[in-house]
Amino acid sequence: MNEQFRNPIGADIPRDRAKRLLAGRGHFVDDIVAARMVHIAFVRSPFAHARFSSIDVDAAKAMPGVIRILTAADLAPVVAPWRATHDLFPNMRAPEQTALAIDVARYQGEPIVAVLAATRAEAEDACDVIEVDWEPLPQVGDIDEALASDAPTLHEGLEDNIAFEASVTKGDAAGALAAADVVVERTFRFHRHTGVSLETRCILAEFDPTEERLTVHQSHQTPHQQQDLYARLLNLPEHKVRVICPDVGGAFGLKHHLYADELTACASAVVLGRPVKFIADRLESFQSDIHCRDHEVHARMGFSSDGTIVGLAVEDRFSAGAYGQYPRSSVAEGNQIIRLTGAPYQLPAYSGDLKMAFINRGILGHIRGVGHPIAAAVSEALVDLGAHILGQDAVELRRKNYLKESDYPMTSAGGVALERLSLDQCLDKALDIVYVDAFRAEQVNLRKDGIHRGIGFCTFVELTSIGPEYYGNGGQHISAQETCILRMEASGQVRAYVGTTDQGQGIDTGIQQVVSGVLGLGVEDVEIVSGDSLLSPMGGGSWGSRGAALGGEAALKASRELRRNLLSIAGFLLQKSPDDLDLRDGIIVDVASNTSHMHVSELARVGHFQPYTLPPDLPSDLTVTARYASRDRMFLPGNGIQVSIVDVNIDTGFVTPIRHVVVHDSGRILNPLLVREQIRGGVVQGIGSALYEELRYSEDGALLTGTLSDYLVPMAVEMPEIEVAHIETPTETSELGAKGAGEAGLTGAVGALLNAVNDALLPFDVFMTEVPLSPPRILRALDEANDR
Amino acid sequence: MQPETHIQISTTVNGERVKAEVPVRLNLVDFLRHTIGLTGAHVGCEAGACGACTILVDGRLTRGCLTLAVQADNKNIETIEGADASGRIAGLQKAFHRLNALQCGYCTPAMLLAAAELLRQNPKPSREEVREWISGNFCRCTGYQSIVDAVLDAAHSEEAS
Amino acid sequence: MKAPTFSYVKPLTIEACLELLDSHGEDAQIIAGGQSLMPLLNLRLAAPAVLIDITDIPTLKGIIQDAGYVKIGALERHADIASSVTVQQALPLLVDAAPHIAHVAIREQGTIGGSLALADPAAEWPACCLALNAEIELISKRGTRHVAAEDFFQGIYETARQPDELLAAVRFPVGTENDDTVHLFDEIARRRGDFAIAGLALTCRRGGAVLTGVRLALFGVADRPVLAKGSMAAMEGYELDDRIAEAAVAALSAELNPPDDPAYPSGYRRRVACVILKRALAKLLPEQLHAT
Repeated sequence: MNEQFRNPIGADIPRDRAKRLLAGRGHFVDDIVAARMVHIAFVRSPFAHARFSSIDVDAAKAMPGVIRILTAADLAPVVAPWRATHDLFPNMRAPEQTALAIDVARYQGEPIVAVLAATRAEAEDACDVIEVDWEPLPQVGDIDEALASDAPTLHEGLEDNIAFEASVTKGDAAGALAAADVVVERTFRFHRHTGVSLETRCILAEFDPTEERLTVHQSHQTPHQQQDLYARLLNLPEHKVRVICPDVGGAFGLKHHLYADELTACASAVVLGRPVKFIADRLESFQSDIHCRDHEVHARMGFSSDGTIVGLAVEDRFSAGAYGQYPRSSVAEGNQIIRLTGAPYQLPAYSGDLKMAFINRGILGHIRGVGHPIAAAVSEALVDLGAHILGQDAVELRRKNYLKESDYPMTSAGGVALERLSLDQCLDKALDIVYVDAFRAEQVNLRKDGIHRGIGFCTFVELTSIGPEYYGNGGQHISAQETCILRMEASGQVRAYVGTTDQGQGIDTGIQQVVSGVLGLGVEDVEIVSGDSLLSPMGGGSWGSRGAALGGEAALKASRELRRNLLSIAGFLLQKSPDDLDLRDGIIVDVASNTSHMHVSELARVGHFQPYTLPPDLPSDLTVTARYASRDRMFLPGNGIQVSIVDVNIDTGFVTPIRHVVVHDSGRILNPLLVREQIRGGVVQGIGSALYEELRYSEDGALLTGTLSDYLVPMAVEMPEIEVAHIETPTETSELGAKGAGEAGLTGAVGALLNAVNDALLPFDVFMTEVPLSPPRILRALDEANDR
Repeated sequence: MQPETHIQISTTVNGERVKAEVPVRLNLVDFLRHTIGLTGAHVGCEAGACGACTILVDGRLTRGCLTLAVQADNKNIETIEGADASGRIAGLQKAFHRLNALQCGYCTPAMLLAAAELLRQNPKPSREEVREWISGNFCRCTGYQSIVDAVLDAAHSEEAS
Repeated sequence: MKAPTFSYVKPLTIEACLELLDSHGEDAQIIAGGQSLMPLLNLRLAAPAVLIDITDIPTLKGIIQDAGYVKIGALERHADIASSVTVQQALPLLVDAAPHIAHVAIREQGTIGGSLALADPAAEWPACCLALNAEIELISKRGTRHVAAEDFFQGIYETARQPDELLAAVRFPVGTENDDTVHLFDEIARRRGDFAIAGLALTCRRGGAVLTGVRLALFGVADRPVLAKGSMAAMEGYELDDRIAEAAVAALSAELNPPDDPAYPSGYRRRVACVILKRALAKLLPEQLHAT
């Protein structure tokens, strides 16, 4: 291995933080208590769409423990409204949002009134007796209703509910499809779901009016973003706003946004001058956490008779929910779908169209995968269908149409710059693991016993580690660069201050490994300081599979600089050329002779306490800062393939995952142990999306799945064993070469399951297009096929 | 006999006597977390579905959200803090750490207590038995596989020693 | 969400409990294991004025075998019932049913009395009581009465228990040592431990090859556990073979009319009920018996 990427970079290092989590010594937001702390609870809209006039809080004010009751009018002086704009999408409509709703509620669960009380229970007691005068309005429940000509509009001043429309084209897709020998065409429906972190959203906001100082502990992925938002929206000096993200009990994208209720907690702290704690309960989480998916995708793929894909046309219609997610906006899920569908394939002609609408549901936004699972599922389902109609082997048809080695670097039909993918290598490795021929033989035998087993492949391309251009040009204060500050202590041990955050993925450990590998120190001699907007350098936090690629690269640069300084001090002290020296296990050694000279603490001692003994121009800083800001690349595209094997019970419609294989390329891997289980976690979340998870609403827009008994998440016994293998194609845009790994599991799982189910059901002339693949849906499809 | 809204309880938590006056509506996990500061048990759903609040009451695995604090009067409670301090779950903790059987760690204390109880009742469980046993404990981060691996690893180490 | 305010009292004798029930009536709610009531309290779907905790009433505990019946006290927990030697010998249906009840921690605390008193239409114990022709023992200051399971369950969360009555025990008739009783329990739930989409508890005798005394209880398919009388009649007095099994399934399909719900349409539940009956009867077919 390259000297700079030596052990422990690339090694299976368990995480430091895990030890205290295993001892019950975690530091989650709700574990923190502040003096004079009050608890907040909300009166939320019981209606999907309703106007409200008077709010009677008199009875509530008299309730035990109640300290203050606040409405939008009370908060107006301290908190500004916002709009979820994105300058890359200037035509997108972004209605104004406020911390507490004014006059109209546009989704069930929208916060209307905040009650502050001595305990959460007492705050809820008071909420129960607040009388709001509601006038229910006609509600818009889905995209069809939203686009109907007589649809009620959600937002005053907008003539309809269309939030955004966009198109991307390459060549003449319509013409190519018209001329194709075979065209497969389906409309896919992906229902609404959400992130369901086990720890709900929570925040503790403390305000000291004498100093205008706001200190926020929040279960969140992006402390610096929140610092900026709270400073701007609450009109506070930013350097007096501090956001600390302690242990975060799962995030998955749902914790990197601004939420009205959380902002209200901060504003309430400002109003009261007392600490305010908000711990969302599970019902309000389901109602008001960011939702995702809820797309209807109509797609047509054309083939020539030899199996060459000649064109693809994709139309995605989806909802933004009632407003737009802030600060990222709600556009990306649809945008990723029209940019990524068909991405692994040579597409001579392509068109992607999206339409986003406002509906009376919770706000839709970025949750793990952001559109990727849909793009992959739609592409791969159509490829399977095309192969079936053409009578060709679906695996070989994939290989035939994959982008080729010689194509890179290139811009995909959807407009995504692709540096280098490893589609064939991933497929080959998957085939080595799966033995498709043996599976097919087994499948035939099992069918005789009435067991309908299917196999599904899902190739995927994922956009990881977004570059600064996307949000920079979007006009949002979202950092896509990363900085690392390394500070060597007198002992020779190192603290690394980073702008990424760790919600358990292990990015802290990955960075520890980079620093330790470059500096030749033990991992135990490197401590990571992250998740604190005061201590950490400005950075983006962790989301969108960015930690290792961006935070890792910044750490690499800083470590190299510190290494250079240490070796130059050593060179001076030893009167040797720094080039002849190395740092190994904390010791300065002679590269040629392997002789040990001195411990790194000796260098630290001289550097910190006897700097006057060093020449003035000698690079000898023991605190160094390095920044990594990528240029001229929007994303680091990764890729992979997943294979799912499932049994479908045709009597009950139950799908049982039997086996799952992932081959993934995330470039250089810092820690395979951590990446493996992160990918498995993504796969299980994807199996949840594919089989179980669905937010269902009544006719009048009331959430029917507000508990974990109704909204089903994957549990251990139904999940398969998941085999994970890697191909490593380092990106050449950075020195470390890492790409992201966070989305991969979820991205490929949905399509793999969908295709496996469809493979199992092939003899029944059934082709499922609606996800989740619930048992009643599968039986209905079997019945319909039977009736044909 | 008159119903009351606040009651003095006396309970043993991790071997220590605890006396407190509690509102009768307070549930046991909130009592442990907020009244006496044992924050290792977590709250995930308050409806018994996620398992994050699982503790032991008189040696029985119990959902802290589905028990009232007053019902813990005269009972013996063990939380992750106690199990950690006693060293009785050290093998599981070690295996969980080494095999990365946790990410965010929010489900972990309950997962460990559940796993320890499984191994007490069934020292050599199969993979399927481990999966079934922990199916009342939701983990959103891992794919459960490393947790199963770790429980089995701890079982094997226990057997070997 | 946190539970609403209520007051709490913990009687130590049945008499004290009955006194409380008598004075508080419908304002009172009994709590034992709390595994069903606590979620309702935490979601503020239940708001009793008074909670009567019966967990320290010793006479509500115990599993006793007496002439012709096994009596299980209301406070017996699911896990303890399943591990009771008496139950294992006399009421193996309950042992088969127990693992389907939620998850281990719930089974450690939840009680049979609580499950029966709640009367969730998708719960396991009520259906077992129906199949086993159990009687529910209700005590009040007015006296003690025994209500057949068939009459006890009256709708979603509705039972024959009056507000002043305490569900004290459930009594299962049991046959002689060497009888030829056959029992089957099966259910389909979306995930292990979820409430059943459909489930069944079946008991019968097979003197020789002929099925007699068939009792087939279905749960999850109506507003209460139900005896599938048409299906029972299709089997009663017959030697079980494919044709009879088919007739029993057809009769079940004809007699069930499950409520529609957003997750599972009526027809889906009916079909799943038929699937598990078919699956259950397949285990009773003669060749299967020989095989095992």
